[in-house]
Amino acid sequence: MENHVDVSMRVNGSAVTRRIEARMNLVDFLREELGLTGSHVGCEHGVCGACTVRVDGRIVRGCLTVAAQADGSDVWTIEGLSDTGEIRALQDAFVERNALQCGYCTPGMLLTAAELLERSPDASRAEIRRFISGNYCRCTGYEAIVDAIEMARGRGDPS
Amino acid sequence: MKPAPFAYVRAGTLDDAIRVLDERGDGARILAGGQSLMATLNMRLSAPEVLVDIGRVDDLAGIEDAGDHLRIGAMTRHVEVETSDLVAEHAPLLATAMPHIAHPAIRNRGTFGGSIAFADPAAELPACAVALEARMTIAGKGGRRTVGADSFFRGLYETAVGPGEILTAVEVPKIAPGWRSGFMELARRHGDYAIIGLAAHVAVEGGRFGGGGRLVFFAAGDRPVSAVRTAALLEGAEWSDALAARLADSLTEELDPFEDLNADAAMRRHLAGVLARRTLAPLVSG
Repeated sequence: MENHVDVSMRVNGSAVTRRIEARMNLVDFLREELGLTGSHVGCEHGVCGACTVRVDGRIVRGCLTVAAQADGSDVWTIEGLSDTGEIRALQDAFVERNALQCGYCTPGMLLTAAELLERSPDASRAEIRRFISGNYCRCTGYEAIVDAIEMARGRGDPS
Repeated sequence: MKPAPFAYVRAGTLDDAIRVLDERGDGARILAGGQSLMATLNMRLSAPEVLVDIGRVDDLAGIEDAGDHLRIGAMTRHVEVETSDLVAEHAPLLATAMPHIAHPAIRNRGTFGGSIAFADPAAELPACAVALEARMTIAGKGGRRTVGADSFFRGLYETAVGPGEILTAVEVPKIAPGWRSGFMELARRHGDYAIIGLAAHVAVEGGRFGGGGRLVFFAAGDRPVSAVRTAALLEGAEWSDALAARLADSLTEELDPFEDLNADAAMRRHLAGVLARRTLAPLVSG
């Protein structure tokens, strides 16, 4: 049986089509086939959250999703969400609150935070902590990240 | 790591999926949400020849009010169960358990049926299914059959789903008047697999427990462990410190948990008693 598949999807608003190995996961597809290296590869077994991307309106683990499963889907990464300005207030708050140091977790954190604020615009600090529990940060100790999300929440972001 | 090469087939219908499973035999694995499977493939703990993706088989997804029970399609994503009004009303145990399952990004993709069919002994949903006496619908070449939760879980990652078969739906009986549910787990980080957890489903009347309640522990053995003898102590009892102590003693006798890096067996037995107290007290005194 054929170990390659044809996939077509919209990524950051543009249609893309590629023939890839069936085993290629979504984050490798985005990084290696499309050059979108903003989504990071960390643990590769669903623990760290660095590979978080948005598929059909919801965040997923890019390492636990085979690119073929996203065939026909609408995929957004940190590059696209930065360009559209959708998460501008979150990004500004992360800068203001020093909510990153090395930056490895930041794209995943931002996509996760954006989904939280969309689902629960009034999220408490405890809810913020629970929602980002699947995203590891090894630099900040999380306090500044929670501060930043709280700050962005007050500014009505994301739209 | 990256998974070993595999072929990928997207099933359009349930019959499609069953046909591919039949043709490919042991080399085929069902891909539902993939949230456990892909991790094991990435770590090369298994290397199937072909993944049969059932993600687009529409009639496998959705939550339906079927009279005396809810019918939850196997491909229903965790997030749908978590946010379902039907589930909140008729299966509050599930509603309480859902936020404990991994993290939001994983609940967006992971499936109700996938978790039950994978049968990780530390997972929440198998224990809930046993506590609620759910019934699993299994389809294969020979047709459909239904298996009760008590006989569905057969061992470590082992279920009644046979070769060439697929779990298609779970029937969850609606909570009866006078029954209450409680759920609690202990984990080092929110969303991680539990060190030990408890799904409790009990009858309560006039400040006392009724009979027939179930206390089902997870991460306590090779499958969900229903502490039958301990649950029997509840019948007719009010909440008291003495009852809590009796339950804890009984659980120490009744449970035979495994040991791992998180906890040895004695610690798990101790924590089982702690969970019983924390979970059950509010059900009868609140």
